Amino acid sequence: MYLRQIWTIAAKDLRSEIRTKEALNASLAFSVVILVMFSFAFDPTSEQMTTFSGGLLWMSYSFAGALVLNRSFARELQNDCLDALVSSPAPSSAVFLGKALANYAILLVVELLSLGVFAIFYDVRLSGKLGYVALVIVLATWGMTVIGTMFSALTVNLHMRELMLPVLLYPFLIPALMAAMLLTTELLSGVPIAKNMIWMQLLIAFDVLYTALAVVCIDVVLVG
Amino acid sequence: MRQNILYLLAAAVVGLLIWNMNTIAGLPAQVENVGAYKIIYFHVPAALAAFTGFYVALFSSLIYLKTGNLKYDAFAAAVTEVGLAFATANILSGMIWGRFAWGIWWTWDARLTSMLVCLLMYYGYVMMRQAIVDPSQRARLSAVLSILGSAGVAFVYQSIAWYRTQHPSPVLGFRGGGGMSPGLEPPIYWNYLVFLCLGAILASVRMRQGEFATEIDSLRRQAHSH
Amino acid sequence: MPQALDIEGVYKYFGDFPALRDVSFSVSAGSVVALLGRNGAGKTTLLRILAGLSKPSQGSVKINGSVAREEKTRRGIGILGHSISIYDELSAHENLAVFGNLYGMSDVNKRADQMLERVGLGRVRDGLAREFSRGMRQRLAIARAFLHEPELLLLDEPFTSLDDRAIAVLQSMLQEMRESGKTIIMSTHQIREAMELATDVVFIQRGQVAFKGPRPPEMASDSGWLYRTYGDQ
Repeated sequence: MYLRQIWTIAAKDLRSEIRTKEALNASLAFSVVILVMFSFAFDPTSEQMTTFSGGLLWMSYSFAGALVLNRSFARELQNDCLDALVSSPAPSSAVFLGKALANYAILLVVELLSLGVFAIFYDVRLSGKLGYVALVIVLATWGMTVIGTMFSALTVNLHMRELMLPVLLYPFLIPALMAAMLLTTELLSGVPIAKNMIWMQLLIAFDVLYTALAVVCIDVVLVG
Repeated sequence: MRQNILYLLAAAVVGLLIWNMNTIAGLPAQVENVGAYKIIYFHVPAALAAFTGFYVALFSSLIYLKTGNLKYDAFAAAVTEVGLAFATANILSGMIWGRFAWGIWWTWDARLTSMLVCLLMYYGYVMMRQAIVDPSQRARLSAVLSILGSAGVAFVYQSIAWYRTQHPSPVLGFRGGGGMSPGLEPPIYWNYLVFLCLGAILASVRMRQGEFATEIDSLRRQAHSH
Repeated sequence: MPQALDIEGVYKYFGDFPALRDVSFSVSAGSVVALLGRNGAGKTTLLRILAGLSKPSQGSVKINGSVAREEKTRRGIGILGHSISIYDELSAHENLAVFGNLYGMSDVNKRADQMLERVGLGRVRDGLAREFSRGMRQRLAIARAFLHEPELLLLDEPFTSLDDRAIAVLQSMLQEMRESGKTIIMSTHQIREAMELATDVVFIQRGQVAFKGPRPPEMASDSGWLYRTYGDQ
């Protein structure tokens, strides 16, 4: 039952997103723009490029991701759908997890596509490293999704919503982004993953702790 | 009653501070060739007081969620803001020391950076409170943010500490430091106590202001409902 | 046999301001309650508490004997607010299916089709809600509220913005619900429409119950009677 409710919400959000492609298009375009702008900030052909490749990739992911996350609960404001969701028998945590899963799927698609653009623009060789890079993306993106969806719920009724979300979001994301940046850079420079297991553990702990906190706290946020 | 406690606390702050400053002034001028080291007597207690504030705020937020009594929310908010003030004092004193010791105003050293990130996190808390009109909704949402924030503090600290650091290694005895000569450490704790008292005074004044604001909001709603 | 609705000593504060003060009344199954009062009197606040969208600061709300915010209680509640709570990017049928699944219904597709026929949207079942006219969207919203056959239906200003056809649909469905012994609570300014259905009246004034009881006979012909007799201004 709980799973069915989660899946219903996730499927509903994904279906609306696939029909309009609003968040998808905007965030993909934005992430490409960021990747282009970075080429002016650094010399994109230099040997040193690999030392900040991870940072560059995750900057573009986190900026583009905020566009997707911002819309998550705001989507429910139209016609006051949020009231109908919250008063339905679905527990708040099911609403939250459903929306988080939909965001996760959208973010992963955007990230996968911009990873390709990134590899081409900055001549990054991914072959042989893709497995661990994908693992880092999967873990760090879940952390980003959980916190972003939670803040989207927190700010949904505030009129300064669009301004509030980034200010709240990024400081909280710093530990996860830092780990993701460091791991990506190291992996792309050919350092074996075993040397940086501690950062993998940090990512996992981050995901687990914030998922738990969000699931516990979300009812207080949604029910006044 | 409340007024008298405040005066008493203020007297304690002044007294302790004068006595402690006297001790600090009497300490040797140079330690380990690092100039202006005495700023540590304000730098470290400010950090300790800031974190005390953030975690007291967490505790108070949890009590609010349990009881629904807005006083605990007002207290959490006041203590968080005071914590922010101490965090700022910590960063500024760290910058001043860095200028003397290393010749630069800012360095991306672990603990300075952590404090800055925490400052930004709780700045979001203050900003969010200002954006919410209904006091009960504000209390609820900021209590949740306080819970997320205190988990954030732990993560920020651990992760940035693993990043390379140029901060002087821990000096305080209880953190396994012991880098200070005997007799140099106690004034830090005395100043911590001074800051806690000062924080209590500031929080109390801020709380009073918050209570007035809630009352005004309620009167305004009453006026509109007629 | 517990009452359909039992409200006891409910207070709701926004900050220090009491939006509801010591509200107590109970409703037996099969009643239609008109919740009357001026704007800002606390009607919507009370309905939101009954719907589980908000928690009372004090006091208790029992629906068929169980606490308002519990999952199984919510399964038996239908709500229709001022806004329609319909997803514009989904089709009429998908909209109903989403809610059917959230309510854990077993025959979602069949029931959704039935409801669409009932409100006259059977022919446009796969049309996107965005492309519907205002009246069609309202009828879809009505279908959504009745989809899971609620035991208790909460209506917030149901007649204010509906077009004629939607009002006709809503009234016939309310009538049917009433005949099958379900309970209805509606807040409204439109006393005349409400009086056609209401068996009971609760009049709220500045967060307090000023009158409660069976519909006074005077109200049938004189819609201002209640306000003049029990209102204080």
